Amino acid sequence: MFENITVPSDKIHQFIKDKYEEGFNYLLDITAIDYTEYVEAQEEEFAVVYVLRHENFKQHVVIKTYLSKLIIESVSYLFKGANWLEREVYDQYGIIFKNHPNLRRILNHKEFVGHPLRKAYPITKGQLLHEVDDLIDEMNNRLLSKEVVCKLDDGHFSECNKDIMFLNLGPSHPASHGTIRTYVALDGETIECAVSEIGYLHRGFEKSCENHSYNQIVPYTDRLNYCSAISNNIAFVKTVEDMLGITLSERAQALRVMLLELSRIEDHVVCLAAVLVDMGGLTNYWYMYNPREDIYDLLSKLTGARLTNSYMRVGGMTNDLYEGFEADLKEVIKKVQYGVEQTLSLIKHNRIFHDRTQNVGVISKEDALSYAMTGPNLRATGVPFDMRKDTPYYGYEKYEFDVVVGSVGDVYDRVMVRFGEIDESIKIIEQVMKNLPEGEVSVKDASVTLPTKEAVYTTIEGAMNQFKLTFEGVKVPVGEHYGSIEATNGELGFYIVSDGSGTPYKVKVKAPSFTAMSAYPEMIEGFQLADAILTLGSLNIIAGEMDR
Amino acid sequence: MELNNPALPLETAIATKLDEAIGWARESSLWPMIFGTACCAIEFMSVAASKYDISRFGAEVVRFSPRQADLLIVAGTVTYKQGPILKQIYDQMSEPKWVVSMGACACSGGFYDNYTTMQGIDTIIPVDLYVGGCPPRPEALLDALLSLQKDLRTNKYNSERHKDFKGALDNV
Ligand code: SF4
Repeated sequence: MFENITVPSDKIHQFIKDKYEEGFNYLLDITAIDYTEYVEAQEEEFAVVYVLRHENFKQHVVIKTYLSKLIIESVSYLFKGANWLEREVYDQYGIIFKNHPNLRRILNHKEFVGHPLRKAYPITKGQLLHEVDDLIDEMNNRLLSKEVVCKLDDGHFSECNKDIMFLNLGPSHPASHGTIRTYVALDGETIECAVSEIGYLHRGFEKSCENHSYNQIVPYTDRLNYCSAISNNIAFVKTVEDMLGITLSERAQALRVMLLELSRIEDHVVCLAAVLVDMGGLTNYWYMYNPREDIYDLLSKLTGARLTNSYMRVGGMTNDLYEGFEADLKEVIKKVQYGVEQTLSLIKHNRIFHDRTQNVGVISKEDALSYAMTGPNLRATGVPFDMRKDTPYYGYEKYEFDVVVGSVGDVYDRVMVRFGEIDESIKIIEQVMKNLPEGEVSVKDASVTLPTKEAVYTTIEGAMNQFKLTFEGVKVPVGEHYGSIEATNGELGFYIVSDGSGTPYKVKVKAPSFTAMSAYPEMIEGFQLADAILTLGSLNIIAGEMDR
Repeated sequence: MELNNPALPLETAIATKLDEAIGWARESSLWPMIFGTACCAIEFMSVAASKYDISRFGAEVVRFSPRQADLLIVAGTVTYKQGPILKQIYDQMSEPKWVVSMGACACSGGFYDNYTTMQGIDTIIPVDLYVGGCPPRPEALLDALLSLQKDLRTNKYNSERHKDFKGALDNV
């Protein structure tokens, strides 16, 4: 259930506060829209959009406000997660957030001039960076908030009123899982303050969407969370299908459920393998990673690619299952179960594992909600939010499975929730395969899906149809829509603005890793340096999805 | 003894033998430094895992410390924001060193032809081998490794080969 509301800019702040009081206290996303080239005249050239979810997790609202001046009040004091989201809007659109504690660029580098998501910014205009940001002033503010006063000498910290050592974790660090940088101030081994810098893998997904047709975007979505490509495909095409008003056949829905759960397994095994390696447990890597290879083999046979599958299309998917898929799938599941079993036997009663993970990298329920963490990371704190249960789609309500929750919100819970979810996903896959309905996997609609090859080669309508769809793309009605699913890392959403053509006017991703990472610096403060590594691994930050 | 010492008569018996011996030693003890940024790095994980197992070719000692490594594998998209970091890592590696660019992104920017993605890492550092694919299959990376090893064995690489290279971030 959702509502779209437009509020005048002088009332917006109060409106959000009222909504917050009403229980809409889970901030999914903030973005802006540049309407300068839009088909329909709008009140103003720029608008800011907030997406809020109710604390019952069943409803959400999309609140839009048009800006006559590019300045708006910050809501970062209400929602901790707003801090980074507002920085992104500032970075990409140049909208100023009044009273923001740290309004600076986040995805683009510090020498960047202009705001790339404005329509006036040319898509291919790159800008070199010559020197990385030193993060000194950001760190200084953080230190001051903890009453650590350091002298600044020529842009470097010198004496402090405490014995502090400064250290960079990343951007290129074996445990940083991609290029993520965290700058820490250490008191002995303990992290006194931390600030993170992201955006190293900001590769312009959202801008690239603006010059590709909907189906051409599918391969780009593969590369958001590249550990589970298909679930990104589904999140994207589902949003487009919602805008088109398409309902898939029962078979297609069931197949998507099965593939979503397979992706979840694929993603969780690699996260778990990596986090245990970070802890020094190398053996499990082979146990957990080998089943992933088996999943790759299965998916290559089905989709043609190991990692970047691009299996979905608007209106369905490229092809149906091959003959013998079910038997192959059963084998793969067996191997996954074996890997999980072996790994658990190594760690379940392992004192070192317990000591290293329990009560480490803790985030409370309240903070996790305020940062709008989602997925396994949120469930580890004890909040049972799972879109598969709270706002079911594709018939998830028909399947029997449990939502796995933790209680403390530490590394241990995050790891164990993922182990539990692998079991639940297997349960769902088995139920799907037992009652897989017959039918087509794609809708038969000439304005959405391609005709058969035979029709293209033998009929003039078929040839025309193929030509038009390929060159112009699927035409999506004018409008704006937020759609999301429970992907492997949590709620993965797309906010799409369509101008009626075959290319989206704007696409914004609500990325679970982004919100998780925004909580990270606060989570590691007070813990030891080695704990910071485990905390990062257990959050499963995927740079492609976080930085887009 | 200096191997490329011009004072020595060319092709002296001992120099040739030594070159060969060194080529052979280098060939099977490459220490890769993996600069993994994106999806391609996940495929590198497969290369290191037991199915493809890079250690069969003597290159499994993955170092994340550039000073200990002689083979830089850039796996993934490199953005302008990463430029100075990649360059610094390259500069920190001591000679002799080789660079493999893994995947379409590292080679040319891939399908990210936009404001933030560097259109190929050879904008800033010299590259010895390009591996195509998005992502390349593990076999493709192993193939690159084998062809590098072959060149090492036959002493094809000279240390002067990138002498005239000038990247966008050099001398700024
Ligand atoms: S080449 Fe393809 S798989 Fe590799 S990093 Fe680029 S987008 Fe990802």
